[in-house]
Amino acid sequence: MSIFVDETTKVVYQGLTGSQGRYYGLLNRDYGTQVVAGTNPKKAGTDVEGIPIYANVAEAKEATGATATCIFIPAPGVQGAVLEAAEAGIEFIVAITEGVPAHDEAYFYNKLKRDFPGTRLLGPNCPGIISPGKTNIGITAGHIAKPGGPVGIVSRSGTLTYQALYELKQKDIGVTTCVGIGGDPVPGTSFIDCLRAFEADPETKAVMMIGEIGGSEEEEAAEFIEHGMTKPVASYVAGVTAPPGKKMGHAGAIVSGGKGTAQAKMEALAAAGALVGNNPTEAGELMSEIVAGL
Amino acid sequence: MDLLEYQGKQFFAGYGIPVSAGEATNDVDAAVAIADRIGYPVVVKAQVHTGGRGKAGGVKLAADAEECREHASNILGLDINGHIVETIWIEKASDIAEEYYASFTLDRSARLHLGMLSAEGGVEIETVAEENPDAIAKIHVDPVVGLTEEACRDWVAAANLNPAATEGAVDILLKLYTAYVDGDADLVEINPLILKPTGEVHALDAKVSLDGSAIYEHPEYEQYEATQPRDEREQAANDKGLQYVGLEGTVGVIANGAGLAMSTVDVVNQVGGKPANFLDIGGGANADVMAGALEVINNDPAVKAIFINIFGGITRGEEVANGIVEAMQRVDIDPPIVIRLDGTNAEEGRAILEPNLSEKLMMEDTMLDAARRAVELAGAEPAGGSN
Repeated sequence: MSIFVDETTKVVYQGLTGSQGRYYGLLNRDYGTQVVAGTNPKKAGTDVEGIPIYANVAEAKEATGATATCIFIPAPGVQGAVLEAAEAGIEFIVAITEGVPAHDEAYFYNKLKRDFPGTRLLGPNCPGIISPGKTNIGITAGHIAKPGGPVGIVSRSGTLTYQALYELKQKDIGVTTCVGIGGDPVPGTSFIDCLRAFEADPETKAVMMIGEIGGSEEEEAAEFIEHGMTKPVASYVAGVTAPPGKKMGHAGAIVSGGKGTAQAKMEALAAAGALVGNNPTEAGELMSEIVAGL
Repeated sequence: MDLLEYQGKQFFAGYGIPVSAGEATNDVDAAVAIADRIGYPVVVKAQVHTGGRGKAGGVKLAADAEECREHASNILGLDINGHIVETIWIEKASDIAEEYYASFTLDRSARLHLGMLSAEGGVEIETVAEENPDAIAKIHVDPVVGLTEEACRDWVAAANLNPAATEGAVDILLKLYTAYVDGDADLVEINPLILKPTGEVHALDAKVSLDGSAIYEHPEYEQYEATQPRDEREQAANDKGLQYVGLEGTVGVIANGAGLAMSTVDVVNQVGGKPANFLDIGGGANADVMAGALEVINNDPAVKAIFINIFGGITRGEEVANGIVEAMQRVDIDPPIVIRLDGTNAEEGRAILEPNLSEKLMMEDTMLDAARRAVELAGAEPAGGSN
């Protein structure tokens, strides 16, 4: 089984008519994702390579029965797009866009929590979610992942997620679902949300977790691993050498006031019983050992 | 984006928060003219992106024009923690009865805004938090609800300020929250927030950090770009649209994706080397981007070897390889380059690189091996030399 999405999930692409939305939307469809509609108020009634465009998410949902959306709208429009999808009753929203202001993220995160508790948001600034062989919603290159199981992956970084998928494939290890939660200060879905879902998923037997500097999400995840998880976890945290006060590419990847260092995160994970690699390759090897012992 | 104190005060003033009258200048004569206009006594304050200004002699009280001239000429050009003072702010001196602390920032863990207010102002809030955490009154604000006057009053009451400061504090904190939200700030901090003997409450300092992602909502923030502390390498990279952070080492790093770039820097360090930079060229890795990245690295005289670490996802290996080959023809690069290319169509990409390999361009299969090779090359290079 996969978490959050599967091969039956019907997805609306908000921004399918834009260059990024079109490129990845069609790649996702080629992979097997049910890309059932796009939205654009100015192009309603047209289509993108046979995918119908509706004026808004509510109409697209009404016409297609979609339960998920994937957002490729430029940053200024993301807040409106997220709320539009939630108001239309969408259950799972994937926001790929980077550069969304932190105040917008804090607002729509809390708005969903308060008024749309049945809606899960993934992102913004994330690579999306892939359940290899079933569905791929976002910008991950689908062929670098081996379908099946027994590993679930959750990661804050896009390229390191790809690296992890690829290393596992090289070792002939399959993945149930790979979730990129994104590197922004207010992610819609947290490590803990994913760890909890993997813990409950019978096909996932072990979890690979890739963190990075900044915030305290990895520490909170460590606490959950210690008390709430029976499945083994292999992990890696990027940014050991990051200087304090400097953003390392991701808006969330910053060590401030001595908080959020990679060292502290790795120690917390190790103390919680997770295996911790010093680099992505080592984490892949640790996971391979875990899988061999299952 | 961090603002200098005077920019922060102007930002606050735009939201109706009372600040001292003052003006910024980079000239001694102008400083005296400003002080004459404002009226003595004045405070002459160094405008730098670092703390500890007072201790370093960067904040001085001047009773008259002569003192103002003396302080202004001493402070302009002063080195404070490696920051040379280019601008000073002259403001009307304030009488202080009490000093408080107030701030808003995002509590990432709670995913809510966090307001902090303390009757113990004028010192670092981290120190208060360590020594006397009960002296800080905290409030979590849900961005959907905002800061209501009622909640603000309860918060001020919990901070045990002088009762004479209550009304002024409530007024300023409500405005400060508006400035924080409407201004898209990561942090707004007033330390000290002062109570004057006459009963008014007033922001005596301003620390403001703005969210660079929100510039499109505030075109006027462009003006702050000019005063951001950046080293030249960082500036050059930013001009090319690359994500760059300067470090102190000798191994230049180029990678695609923030996480992989961070990880590459880590691995160089793990195998005993010192990375010269963090450089994320993003997902594309075409010839233009690669050439730009190589130019930036090549212009850093400290770099003795370059490690290019690319993982092809959607971007295929042959595109990346062609980009590297073309970029190397365009840019005359001194230090040797070690490439690790993996991911989608890595085999095809490596085949393209193969005929171009030389003493200046090497290839390794794994990230660790490539890092070792680059570190070795950086060490073998005589100091300051290049071929």
